[in-house]
Amino acid sequence: MTGPLLRIEDLHVTFSTRRGLVEAVRGVTLSLGEGEMLGLVGESGSGKSVTGFATTRLLDTAGRVTAGKILYRGRDIAKVPDSDFRVLHGAAMSMIFQNPRAALNPIRAVGLQIADAILSHKRIGKQQAAEEALKLLRAVQIRDPEKRVSAYPHELSGGMCQRVMIAIAISCNPMLLIADEPTTGLDVTTQKVVMDLLAQIAAERGMATILITHDLGLAAQYCRRIVVMEKGRLVEEAAPERLFHHPQHAYTKRLVAASPTAASRIEDLVADEERSQYLAVLAACKPRPQPPPGTPPLLEVRNLVKQYDQGAPAVSDFSMVMVAGESVGLVGESGSGKTTISRMICRLIDPSAGEILFDGQSIGHLPARDFHRSPMRKDIQIVFQDPNESLNPRFTAFDCIAHPLLRLTGMRPGEALQHRVEECARRVGLPLELLPRFPHQLSGGQKARVGIARAIACRPRLLVLDEPTAALDVSVQAVVLQLLDRLRREDDLALLFVSHDLNVVRMMCDRTIVLRDGRIVEQGESRALFDNPQTDYTRELVGAVPHINLPAGDAIEARSS
Amino acid sequence: MASATLRHTVWILRGNPLTGIAAAGVALLVLIAILGPTIVPYDPIASNVSQALMPPSAAHLAGTDQLGRDTFSRLVVATRLDLVIAVSAVGISFVLGAVIGAFCGYAGGRLDRSVGRFVDVMMAFPLFVLAMAMVAALGNRVENIVIATAIINLPFYIRFARAEVNVRRNVGWVEAARASGESHVSVVLRFLLPNVLPAMAVQVSLNLGWAILNAAGLSFIGLGVKPPTPEWGIMVAEGARFISTGKWWLVAFPGLALMLAVLCFNLLGDGLRDILDPRMRT
Repeated sequence: MTGPLLRIEDLHVTFSTRRGLVEAVRGVTLSLGEGEMLGLVGESGSGKSVTGFATTRLLDTAGRVTAGKILYRGRDIAKVPDSDFRVLHGAAMSMIFQNPRAALNPIRAVGLQIADAILSHKRIGKQQAAEEALKLLRAVQIRDPEKRVSAYPHELSGGMCQRVMIAIAISCNPMLLIADEPTTGLDVTTQKVVMDLLAQIAAERGMATILITHDLGLAAQYCRRIVVMEKGRLVEEAAPERLFHHPQHAYTKRLVAASPTAASRIEDLVADEERSQYLAVLAACKPRPQPPPGTPPLLEVRNLVKQYDQGAPAVSDFSMVMVAGESVGLVGESGSGKTTISRMICRLIDPSAGEILFDGQSIGHLPARDFHRSPMRKDIQIVFQDPNESLNPRFTAFDCIAHPLLRLTGMRPGEALQHRVEECARRVGLPLELLPRFPHQLSGGQKARVGIARAIACRPRLLVLDEPTAALDVSVQAVVLQLLDRLRREDDLALLFVSHDLNVVRMMCDRTIVLRDGRIVEQGESRALFDNPQTDYTRELVGAVPHINLPAGDAIEARSS
Repeated sequence: MASATLRHTVWILRGNPLTGIAAAGVALLVLIAILGPTIVPYDPIASNVSQALMPPSAAHLAGTDQLGRDTFSRLVVATRLDLVIAVSAVGISFVLGAVIGAFCGYAGGRLDRSVGRFVDVMMAFPLFVLAMAMVAALGNRVENIVIATAIINLPFYIRFARAEVNVRRNVGWVEAARASGESHVSVVLRFLLPNVLPAMAVQVSLNLGWAILNAAGLSFIGLGVKPPTPEWGIMVAEGARFISTGKWWLVAFPGLALMLAVLCFNLLGDGLRDILDPRMRT
């Protein structure tokens, strides 16, 4: 065994910002052998991406390596002159990014973009480069490569774009690939396909890979060694099984607990003492009272259809029933119509056909335009996907929470309102001193809390949750999920949970509805549905979720042989 | 709250001292506009032929014109008229344009398309010629200069507000406002418009400078304000006749006043956006 392919020694990276110098990476040491796949896991702000960027010398101008060495085959890359480094890029190391569509040039055919990458490193003719581009498209298993060569990025799906990115990254046979959140934002089935492909290519070519991700489960499935980072420091390095079963560092313990797996229950998401606290809360909740017979269900949806202009309907023939205090999951990939359904139930858009009954009363006929005057407006509230985008930038946290109270309950500014807003903030665990802040002065988790506080301010009876934790770190997600579960139990609040994260839905919801192309594929009690799916599509979805308890993936075996 | 705004303003001005200078310049212009007639040394309209065409001196800081009127006094008095024309014209087009544009951007569909085409047609005209035609048709009065300037500015505001609102119409906080019981109209007026104001502030201040030039231009070619009313554009027009005989001050000083006023408004723009946008605060 020769020396490692890449060795990072005591790396420090500092950014100069408006508030002075910020140290993003504070002493990271790691090494990577030839052909190895290493998982670099951490939450936002942990410095994992910065480490990747520093290695490829792609740090933006505000960032600087202030100490430490990055050795590629024993050679300090900080000392390589820029002209040589261009050769090193691509031929020795390359990188793929989170948002493939943004990383590709939108006005150039993908085949040409791959050829460009080849031509910048090899002295070959254009014709030859085009042939190689086609070969690479075949290697990344794009269907109809002959046709796709002349396609533009907007004509391809997100997964296809990421394959093109991979084709570009491997075009010059690099020895090291840095994949920065390569599948974040892709559907779970696409994620599996892309990751399998990446693992297979790495194995075939003996390419070492650093997989930078926030998803511990994903890293555990594809990597044999995982490095966990927190606040710019490396806190733990271990094999995935060891990491999951015997985490050493307190932060790793929290991270492992917070990552939902197929078996986790809602109380498992926090470690030790917090867990017992939560169990106490659960024990204090009274069991749900049986509604008197003859009560109509809280929500009944019959044969809902939504048709936008021409083309296939976004939603067709969707029916469901929910009772008070129940939680129902709505899962499906992008384009399955789950968001459209959630907006129709919230009466933000109008259905093309079908009925929505709330408390036995039809609310589907009142146009969405006028629904803000309905007395039921306050009963149906919604929590939006991206907390960064769901708060008015000109409102303080207080204004955001107070707004529905002012509009829907007839409260006026004054002491009563102040009390009510503070009560909501306390319930969602938002420190009161944050109330006068503007959204951009809050963290993602704090913004999510404001969004939930706003939605529960009017004491709704149905809360629609549109991917409420998709944009959050797992540790924040854990807290938000527990909060929602607790609100459901305490207020008898019905939750309609729209999500693509099956592990979260399994944990949170009594029942689950699986959607595809606007139709219901399968529905039933959550655990039964996931443990024993009846349709191929559900099986495929469930199979695509990264599982730590699975035996090591085929790709890893292939590589070690 | 107020102190936070003040601190933020100070911070912005420290990082961009030009904004401070521009703001001071604009403040000075406004002060001159208000005090104008009371601070000038001479009557701006009274002629004194014995003093005609005097170069700048201690008695006449900017010289005198062909009728012996003090150029400096005329410059100072003209400030009010020029500012009033510019501010009211830009004010009208800003308010109308922002509201029309915001509704188009939010509603989309047929309304958006028809207003969009109308705007395209307007912008296909040479704008200054359009303004000339309007003033000529409506009558040679100050109000009509204001109206003409407002109308030719309108398309820019409509487009700007439309584009800014359009990208925000499906953002979470807009839907959240609807779920909190706001109607479409109040979402546009109370949520979307305030959020596009910081960006539009830049447009407004650039436009103020442009509107001053436009009004001066109309007067220069004999439309709009009539002599002997002191106005920068007319002063340049009248002075232009004497430039070949070396009476440079008749053109140079009103030209300089115009240039400085326009420059101040333009420089103010960027700083104004930073001050108005709460997201720029830390």
